[in-house]
Amino acid sequence: MMTFDQNAFLIIFTASLIAISCGLLGVFMMLRKMAMTGDAISHAVLPGIVIGFLVSGTQRGLEVIIGAGILGILATLMIDWLRKKARVQLDASIGITFTLLFAIGIILISAFAYRVDLDQECVLYGEIAYLPIDLWITDAGNNLGPRIMWLAILNLTLVLAFITLFYKELKLTSFDEKFGVVIGIPASAINLGLMSMVSYTTVSSFEAVGAILVVALLVVPPATAFLWTRQLRHLIKLTLIIGVMVSLLGYYLAYLLDSSIAGMMVTVAGIIFFASVGFTRYRSKINFGTQNEAKAFSS
Amino acid sequence: MEDFLYFFSFQDASIAFVVLGITLLGIGSAFVGTFSFLDNKALLGDAISHAILPGICLGFMLAGEKNPFFIVGGAIASGGLATYLTSWLKDNTKLSEDSIIAVVLSVFFGVGIVFLTIIQKSGNPEMAGLNQFIFGNAIGIVERDLWIYGGLSLGIIGVLVFMLKEFQLLVFNPDFGKALGLPMHQIRLVFNILIILAVVIGIQAIGVVLMAALLITPGAAARFWTDRLKTLLVLAAVFAIISGIFGTYVSYTLPQMPTGPWVVVILSFIALLSFLFAPKKGILYRFFHRKKYIDKTQRDHVLKSVYKAEELGRHALSFEELTQLYPNQKKSINKSIKELEREGQLFINQNLIKLTKPGKMEAKRIVRLHRLWELYLNEYMNIAPDHVHESAEKLEHLLTPELEALLENRLNYPRLDPHQETIPRDHDDI
Repeated sequence: MMTFDQNAFLIIFTASLIAISCGLLGVFMMLRKMAMTGDAISHAVLPGIVIGFLVSGTQRGLEVIIGAGILGILATLMIDWLRKKARVQLDASIGITFTLLFAIGIILISAFAYRVDLDQECVLYGEIAYLPIDLWITDAGNNLGPRIMWLAILNLTLVLAFITLFYKELKLTSFDEKFGVVIGIPASAINLGLMSMVSYTTVSSFEAVGAILVVALLVVPPATAFLWTRQLRHLIKLTLIIGVMVSLLGYYLAYLLDSSIAGMMVTVAGIIFFASVGFTRYRSKINFGTQNEAKAFSS
Repeated sequence: MEDFLYFFSFQDASIAFVVLGITLLGIGSAFVGTFSFLDNKALLGDAISHAILPGICLGFMLAGEKNPFFIVGGAIASGGLATYLTSWLKDNTKLSEDSIIAVVLSVFFGVGIVFLTIIQKSGNPEMAGLNQFIFGNAIGIVERDLWIYGGLSLGIIGVLVFMLKEFQLLVFNPDFGKALGLPMHQIRLVFNILIILAVVIGIQAIGVVLMAALLITPGAAARFWTDRLKTLLVLAAVFAIISGIFGTYVSYTLPQMPTGPWVVVILSFIALLSFLFAPKKGILYRFFHRKKYIDKTQRDHVLKSVYKAEELGRHALSFEELTQLYPNQKKSINKSIKELEREGQLFINQNLIKLTKPGKMEAKRIVRLHRLWELYLNEYMNIAPDHVHESAEKLEHLLTPELEALLENRLNYPRLDPHQETIPRDHDDI
């Protein structure tokens, strides 16, 4: 039966936090035409996660996050190097980079299988349903609630701080990079900052939603919002609303069908996206029709 | 070493099957991928490889077991839908292509995961085999698979070779194809079916994520070595074969190692070597080519400076005077002077630099080209005399003897340039 117990609340709350962090970054990624770079980063962090795991001995160490962050930046730099220095076209640079890094990640997992309790499935899918039982218990024995929820809160705080601090810079460089450079904005530093935020978000959410679903949350809500509006502030607001809707509906649909929550969240996001495509097309047709009529009358 | 011989003699049938399977599907993917790379749609293959997950699951649910026909059929259906949606969204929304690909990829994969968990919870014992379809397992290629998937790969290769002309038009100039009366829409349809087939076959050996490498990397690497389509395809196939064989070899000698990722790593290594060392397009070649050009321009400038001093009635220039002309490049100017002396173009007496006879001819040629170009810009393009120097400064290093003859002819062998300076010729002397 549909319930709204504490577990449901924790899952929906955490999922919304992740969806909001991803959506905020995703808006800027989309405007920079870097949606697929986000996809590449989310795969390329795998070797960083494995190395961090090896160093710290646990999936939850700070080393994992640092390793993944470094790999995310490395992936960005490699894509850039391939494109600018080797003059490989952008989409091929992305494809070559993330497949190579992901392959190295799997090789590392296989090589240290006896020490690393990780597999492709957990990195690609994730599972948010275990969230309420994965608790953060301090040394003194106090129960502070789900560990991943705290990660998501920290992540969102950092993302919010990054975006409010650099809002003007992000906006300018997203729409007109050259103009930004001319008026003295360090565009490549801003870009690297954004990429490291994306890799950090990927790592801190992959246990909950998995790498590919992080991409979905990065890309689908902003793309849906873009169908409705072109104004940056509205884009961001709409993206956030869609992110929360996706978490709420996704959870209950998954509950009804007894399936993966993260997968259902993406499915809901997809449904909202395609409904928006249909509706905005229908609306623009109607507008177009009335405009024609108006013209016919006036002439 | 024993391992090496045992492996490469292919006396073990199971090794031979795996190698044959992985090279065949590697060649198939490399061919299809090269075309979509040339079509600037390299990541479409990545989208398809994620998008076939719901199809595989639906096929499995309908058949209730791991029936290859249902699963491949489902995969082709959902891959086809994803391909269609990608181009439909591109025509009907204002979203950029990479956003569209990312949306389609992740939404289809998300739906696939929902199906997958439903299958998991249904407790079907054949479930385990399904993961092989998603993460790939090249070692799992057995004789029966080889007949089906090897045959399909051969089919893909055959169709591509047979319809090479049509696909070439599709990628490079679809409008021309249309004008010739070819059914370009149907050709694209055939091509899309080939990509989907290649992905469906390839995924089982290499997995959803790494499939993109089999498609993109061979073509991207081969593109650095040639501009001809046929050579490009042959090279891409060779890269696919090398990586297939060595990838299998690694996982044969180190049993805990997976095949697919090693194939990808070797492919990427080949690509990296190509990017660095390929003639003409490689990074190193371009670097040295540029350096050579810069050195030549600098030598030209040294010769020119000494010649201009002679024009003003000086017999020679000292080292200091010369380096003062280029205050920021003292070191490289000294190097250029040494080189010119070795070539016999300059003559250094104590601290004084003079032009030798061949050096003077060369200097005259450079100054002549410079001034001819200035005059040409002034007379034919109506550019003011004080605006022509910059352009001539660049063109003096590039103009060929043929162009020089043409300029002389056009300008009717002029004596003076727009600044009233003499245009030097070989037979006059100062």
